[in-house]
Amino acid sequence: MSDITKQSLTELVENIKNKKLSSTDVTKAFIQRSEKSSELNAYITDDFAPALDKAKKFDQNPNLDLKLPGIPMAVKDLFCTKNVKTTAGSKILNNFVPTYESTVTENIWNEGAILLGKLNCDEFAMGSSNETSHFGNVQNPIDKNLVPGGSSGGSASAVAGQLTPITIGTDTGGSIRQPASFTGIVGLKPTYGSCSRYGIVAFASSLDQAGPMAQNVKDCALLQEVISTYDSKDSTSINFKRNHYSKELTKNIKGKKIGIPKEYRVDGMPKEIEDLWQKGIQYVKDCGAETIDISLPHTSYALPTYYIVAPAEASSNLARYDGVKYGYRAKGENLIDMYEKTRSEGFGAEVQRRIMIGTYVLSSGYYDAYYLKAQKVRKLIKNDFDEAYKKVDAILTPSTPSSAFKIGEKTNDPVSMYLNDIFTVPVNLAGLPGISIPAGHDTKGYPLGLQIIGKAFDEQNILNIAFAMEEKINFKNKITDWWIK
Amino acid sequence: MNKKNTEYLINRKDNQYEVVIGLEVHAQVLSESKLFSSSSTKFGAEPNTQVSLVDAAFPGMLPVINEFCIKQAIKTGIGLNAKINKRSVFDRKNYFYADLPQGYQISQFKDPIVGEGKVILDMPNGQKEVGIERLHLEQDAGKSIHDLDPQNTFVDLNRSGVALMEIVSKPDLRSPDEVNAYIKKLRSIMRYLGTCDGNMQEGSLRADVNVSVRPKGSKEFGTRCEIKNVNSIKFMQMAIEYEANRQVDLIEEGKTIDQETRLFDTKKNETRSMRSKEDAHDYRYFPDPDLLPLEVSEKFIEELKNDIPELPDDKKKRFIEEFKLSPYEANILVSDIDIAKYFEEVVAKMGKNKDIKLAVNWITGELFAILNSKGLEISQSPVSSKNFAILINLIKNGTISGKIAKTVFELMIDGDKDPQKIVEEKGLKQQSDPKALEALIDKIINENREKAIEYKQGKEKLFGFFVGQAMKASGGKANPQLINEILKKKL
Repeated sequence: MSDITKQSLTELVENIKNKKLSSTDVTKAFIQRSEKSSELNAYITDDFAPALDKAKKFDQNPNLDLKLPGIPMAVKDLFCTKNVKTTAGSKILNNFVPTYESTVTENIWNEGAILLGKLNCDEFAMGSSNETSHFGNVQNPIDKNLVPGGSSGGSASAVAGQLTPITIGTDTGGSIRQPASFTGIVGLKPTYGSCSRYGIVAFASSLDQAGPMAQNVKDCALLQEVISTYDSKDSTSINFKRNHYSKELTKNIKGKKIGIPKEYRVDGMPKEIEDLWQKGIQYVKDCGAETIDISLPHTSYALPTYYIVAPAEASSNLARYDGVKYGYRAKGENLIDMYEKTRSEGFGAEVQRRIMIGTYVLSSGYYDAYYLKAQKVRKLIKNDFDEAYKKVDAILTPSTPSSAFKIGEKTNDPVSMYLNDIFTVPVNLAGLPGISIPAGHDTKGYPLGLQIIGKAFDEQNILNIAFAMEEKINFKNKITDWWIK
Repeated sequence: MNKKNTEYLINRKDNQYEVVIGLEVHAQVLSESKLFSSSSTKFGAEPNTQVSLVDAAFPGMLPVINEFCIKQAIKTGIGLNAKINKRSVFDRKNYFYADLPQGYQISQFKDPIVGEGKVILDMPNGQKEVGIERLHLEQDAGKSIHDLDPQNTFVDLNRSGVALMEIVSKPDLRSPDEVNAYIKKLRSIMRYLGTCDGNMQEGSLRADVNVSVRPKGSKEFGTRCEIKNVNSIKFMQMAIEYEANRQVDLIEEGKTIDQETRLFDTKKNETRSMRSKEDAHDYRYFPDPDLLPLEVSEKFIEELKNDIPELPDDKKKRFIEEFKLSPYEANILVSDIDIAKYFEEVVAKMGKNKDIKLAVNWITGELFAILNSKGLEISQSPVSSKNFAILINLIKNGTISGKIAKTVFELMIDGDKDPQKIVEEKGLKQQSDPKALEALIDKIINENREKAIEYKQGKEKLFGFFVGQAMKASGGKANPQLINEILKKKL
């Protein structure tokens, strides 16, 4: 079957269960395509040979009751994978091989999936274009020299380019939804506490959340079902009743109330984004849902709040990369000198910038004015959503204020880069689930996404809305395989 | 003793200075595993053998609170008569050091688990109350070893992540003696509670000592210096003496005292500046986002309260009332939980017709002497409480004299022998048969006729001579009381 890599996860699972395809067939197909796709630079580390061995082993005695039977899958290089190098896109971890497995990936392998390799990402997930990776830019399969978004840029590129049937990313301020939007795929950021953070290289602990990135909503629901488990190894993991997201998935969203927040109509937003949003409103109405204008008054404070909270936590989380225990170590005259050289050489510019911002906002004398105030505003942003959810079941917004931009276009303007996260960041600050689905194209033919934000633990509802809209939108990603010679 | 005599003051010419001391005691929580990981806390293991991925701060590793350590901290708070905070927060204290794998220590800054409390000290001039400011939980760091190699420093992470309770006193202490009493009292309370073994040699208990001086009678505090990480009471006392005198000298010279952190050099017996206030670390405390605020219910606290054993102050009160002990005796017996335990076992095993005073004298006398000479703790006593009780009863019921008892005690030490058997086997039973003793005394009087006459003529000192002769003739076994009585009658 030559079109294996064009199949969705759901189709592949079905074909393996019906024995129309073996795990070896599928794994081989994705390995071959991945090998031909090196120009995308989606992988940091491949694990192809072991993957093929695992597939053959699976086929010898296939357990077809599993949810991901023999499905090959590459994952973002922020997830620690046992005996497979895990870099977080950083030089400082370029030789780090964990002896342990993250809970989320463990869940995936336990359902029969097979690791294909580790996908490129912004260094420590800090970036919106995958340009901060120590391992180079990732190309967007949509067009040459187009960023795939970030920080899960390698993941988005790999799914859109069909290098992996599905993947997982992490989302601290939009790192799943924004690249999903830029590459024309589906990306879900679950409720904070839904997926364990154990074994995921930390960026900002109170915001980080793993989630699925897929070709369609159904695939996304299936993977969410696999990765979301309560984990006592993560103190912020929440023990709530989790749905069988894929089984309970329905297009019936009649009577659902969808909020349209006026504050998301930001200055300078391109008309095509506004148009897309209006189309989205029409789609949900066509599905039988009702839209209601709502207000999230503190929205404009979300970005500055995020850029205090996230760097503050990051500055502390990244203190462990000091050259003492593992990872990169520079030679130094003494301990302090070794620290300074290791961290200057080991971290890239964006990571250093955020460590400095974070250190500054936590410093005595500045703490109250920045970090403490940001925490208070964060509370207000959450209250906005709580208020809104008294009237509506979900909220519809654009995923990003623009389509994908060119590599290098924003690298010298961090603030303009940060503005990319304007619609996604409030969701992380409030700990809510959000999903981005491809909803149209801009004038250049680049994909654009719409975001559906749900109540906490209400992933099923936003998956259902996305599922219903997906059918109406009938989005077709324009992939030309331009990178394959 | 009169209060004035015991006041600790530093005298210079016409000026007298009072010393103000506050302690930050770091007490290692008695727990099998660490504060946020399941690694063992056992002392003395090979370096880096008790280190989990969490303790070594591997990427993606997360702390999970050890509930037992929370219970231990709350119990200690109860023992310090302190307010237990139902909501407390773990913060990160950020600084770089090779033996701090995370680059931050998880501690409690604004919202500690235990608030204000108090401790009562028994000083020679009466009781003294010392205020407790707070108690918070935090992780210990690892250990940097600088003396194994001329070029390199080695790091041992066995201690990394071990739970510590930092107990902060109010600046209520006024002398090295009070510091001694305070540390011993804290240690005693925690040992009663089983929340810290108080072993200072192993570093389970150490303190940062804050010292300032002020003219006697002044109400304002002077500028304080903090002496870091002192690990014995003796060194604390020496450091305070040195530091207080240093500060007084500065004032006398018209100089000012800089607020700073100092180190105590135990070899030179002096404190040295470590860093000034300006150089103080900015720890950038903020709530640890990996841990939710710690919330404990009233019920949780109540259940722990029910679990609190009788503590030294209550035990002392009871010993005085129930056993009619003097406060001095009671203090000695309750100061250490194992001594109190031994004493109470002896009391219980002596049965109905018991002589508690005698038991106390023997514990604080003979038993302590033996333990001291052998360098043993009472928990390692070569004589069990059971056999000790039998020995006291043998004295009490006149089977043996106190003098013979000492001989018996010496024999008991080797293998915790039953004193009853020793008395039987060695024929050490006291002679209390009046007829036999009368015969013995008649014989002695007959043999010493002249001395008997001298005694009758008024040379009363000779009475002792006759007692001695009688005891000697009985091989020390004669009941001394009966000998006295019979001699008085016969002479």
